[in-house]
Amino acid sequence: MYVYILKRVLAAIPVMGFVALFVFLLLRLTPGDPAAIIAGDTATPEQLEAIRTSLGLNDPLAVQFFNWISQLLRGDFGTSILSGKPVIELIADRMEPTISLALTTIILSVLIAVPLGVIAAWKQGTLIDRFVMLLSVLGFSVPVFVIGYLMISLFSMQLGWFPVQGFRPIGDGVGDFFHRIALPTFTLTLLYIALIARITRTSMLEILGDDYVRTARAKGLPETRVLMHHALRNCSVPIITVIGIGFALIISGVVVTESVFNLPGLGRLTVDAVLSRDYPVIQAVILLASLIYVVINLLIDIAYVLLDPRIRYA
Amino acid sequence: MNFTTSLKSTSTGLRNALRSTLFGVTMAGFALMSTAAEAQQTLRVVMHSDLRVLDPILTTAYMSRNHGYMIFDTLYALDADLVPQPQMVDSHTVSDDGLVYTFTLREGLMFHDGAPVTGEDVAASIARWGTRDGMGQVLMSFVDSMAQGATPNEFVINLKQPYGLVIDSLAKPSSNVPFIMPKRLAETPSTEPIPEQIGSGPFKWSDAEFQPGVRAVYEKNTDYVPRSEAASAAAGGKVANMDRVEWVVMADDQTALNALLAGEIDYWEQPPADLLPILSANPDLTVKNLNALGFQTIMRPNTLNAPMDDPRIRNAAIASVNQKDVLDALVGTPELYNICGAMFVCDTPLATNVGSETLTAGNGIEKAKALLAEAGYDGTPIVIMHPTDVASLRSQPVVVAQAMRDAGFVVDLQAMDWQTLVGKRASQASIADGGWHMFVTNWVGADVFNPLVNNMVNGKGKDGGWFGWPDVPQIEELRTAYATSQSLDEQKALAEQIQTIAFEEGMYAPIGQYFVPTAWSNSLSGVLDGPAPFFWNISKE
Repeated sequence: MYVYILKRVLAAIPVMGFVALFVFLLLRLTPGDPAAIIAGDTATPEQLEAIRTSLGLNDPLAVQFFNWISQLLRGDFGTSILSGKPVIELIADRMEPTISLALTTIILSVLIAVPLGVIAAWKQGTLIDRFVMLLSVLGFSVPVFVIGYLMISLFSMQLGWFPVQGFRPIGDGVGDFFHRIALPTFTLTLLYIALIARITRTSMLEILGDDYVRTARAKGLPETRVLMHHALRNCSVPIITVIGIGFALIISGVVVTESVFNLPGLGRLTVDAVLSRDYPVIQAVILLASLIYVVINLLIDIAYVLLDPRIRYA
Repeated sequence: MNFTTSLKSTSTGLRNALRSTLFGVTMAGFALMSTAAEAQQTLRVVMHSDLRVLDPILTTAYMSRNHGYMIFDTLYALDADLVPQPQMVDSHTVSDDGLVYTFTLREGLMFHDGAPVTGEDVAASIARWGTRDGMGQVLMSFVDSMAQGATPNEFVINLKQPYGLVIDSLAKPSSNVPFIMPKRLAETPSTEPIPEQIGSGPFKWSDAEFQPGVRAVYEKNTDYVPRSEAASAAAGGKVANMDRVEWVVMADDQTALNALLAGEIDYWEQPPADLLPILSANPDLTVKNLNALGFQTIMRPNTLNAPMDDPRIRNAAIASVNQKDVLDALVGTPELYNICGAMFVCDTPLATNVGSETLTAGNGIEKAKALLAEAGYDGTPIVIMHPTDVASLRSQPVVVAQAMRDAGFVVDLQAMDWQTLVGKRASQASIADGGWHMFVTNWVGADVFNPLVNNMVNGKGKDGGWFGWPDVPQIEELRTAYATSQSLDEQKALAEQIQTIAFEEGMYAPIGQYFVPTAWSNSLSGVLDGPAPFFWNISKE
């Protein structure tokens, strides 16, 4: 197992290297000039050249790439071309809202969706099952921004229970933190409930017809134990996979939800950086997103082993 | 126990209703607790964009200009009647030959680091501004030397020849504004950002709280000594009544609308036109246009690429356009736009409609067809760059393209994001190599209201001209004459000549003037009119 983890970590290095090279080249080949963006409307060609030179954009691509990689290896993500702030600082500022939203959404979704999926499978074909499936279809079909606006309209504008927008760090008060993260969490949770409940139901349906489930019931085990201990555990691999990928997706940025609720997360940082051609920021957030996917996939694989002893890694 | 039983046992309607009510009350309590303590102290504002570049001389971005007005001060400033008034300056004298301007600074001017403002700081600041700004560059072409005067609070400009716009230049209201900064910052090359945000203005920069794309925070400069006159646009006493001003970035207009309606923000600089009816209908809000000059939306041809290198083709394109169609698509509400053919903006001393008859009357299609026939237009597609990601810029290219098609042009409307356009428009390449024929952009009225600040009537061509690069030496002679003119009547006459030639040459076309109202809570008072949003003089109940 440890050897497997080590191999996976080592295998991630060339993956990250490829991502770094790809992102770097893609950005340089995309139209747009950060110097022109900085200088504004009245800059002369000479001034633009001077700004490009001061930003290092006139260096050969190979030199720019080497400089960037050298910085990265020293743990330096560089500075934002536009604001002059260290990129690591910009990312760190955006991590708490993003991780907070990811955790609250995933925890709430799992707490609701897994039991719903189990019940739907257990009561297949009944009204409960149909209700869960309807909820699932709705969760998939209604765009997140529509759900968000409806939530704001009802809970903020009409009832006044929650603020319309914004984020407060948990360090500023747990109550205020949950007060502000609640609506975006509920909004994304609807989507994730739809996803996780459907996967749970499908996986459970496959398992519930197996012989060992019939045997467990024949032994007289309580239904809850049959469902939760025997069936659910054995169908947890696809559920864990979906949860893991879903978590990575939120961490990488859910820009629509962040915009609707004005959450200063990584999604908005990425979009803003792309629109303003802030190369160091774009490169860093994409690398970070790739790293998150690699790590979460590794954690999912490890979870497989813990949940299903039949799985072995060489 | 099975799950159904379990669920039934916990789903009592009454209990849930009670829980919901208690939860709602608790949440509302949180909201009140979190806002009440700060509401009297902090002004929360949503600006038209986010603040990225902190150096208002390095860039012409309006957000950087607005930031500059918060923390820096100016020697002179335009009042609401567009008349320059002294701001940091207490008095000035001009020698009899008009070559020596001596300025005396007001007593008590201090930078945020505690250092007094001196003539050396002023000289360095004006010199840096003069390397970047168009009007500053013209001023510098007349300046022989600048230096601190006999005392630290004096500043002297020695001219090579008399120049009538020295004070007007120092009172320039919009990008780039000649802000005064400490000498050590002003000595930063104008192609690099200044390393600190130290000014002498009514607010101080809170660097620790700055999150690009999230918020910018300003704190009251308690050491600032405002002028005694009442505030008037950028001039007069800059009395900071608020302890803090927070610029909160909201990427989504609907979110900003909800936040203003819910009282989470106090002021929204530029709400989109389609949301104005909702804001206007709310009795707790004020919706008003603060910028009397508004914005000028323009179409700019590239004179380097055929067939737009022919003035007749450029004029055919201009003649095909009807301002009303453009403004209906862009704004929609007639109360918020003005059909205006004046290159130097309507309702200004230099306003004239000469040369713009077809634009304002919308009857130029036949003229356009005739010009195309005369020029022998061969159907070469006209590349119009179309920024689709900026609401205030995405409708005009579509209208212009259709008008040109109606006149007989073949148009290649190329969709792109604004930053791609910004990069691409700097290219003088041929169409085959990715060049362009035309783009549309918008200007704040104060940035185009005279021939020196209006970049589109710059006739320097490829060497020093603005994107599109028309080479019109006659215009340059007239602009120089304008710079040295000594009376408003003379300036008016020159401006009219410049506009006439600019239209004849098809240098550009103003395709409408429009206004973007600001919305704010009625708990605010003292909101000032002006070409930029100002946050001094504002009080909050």
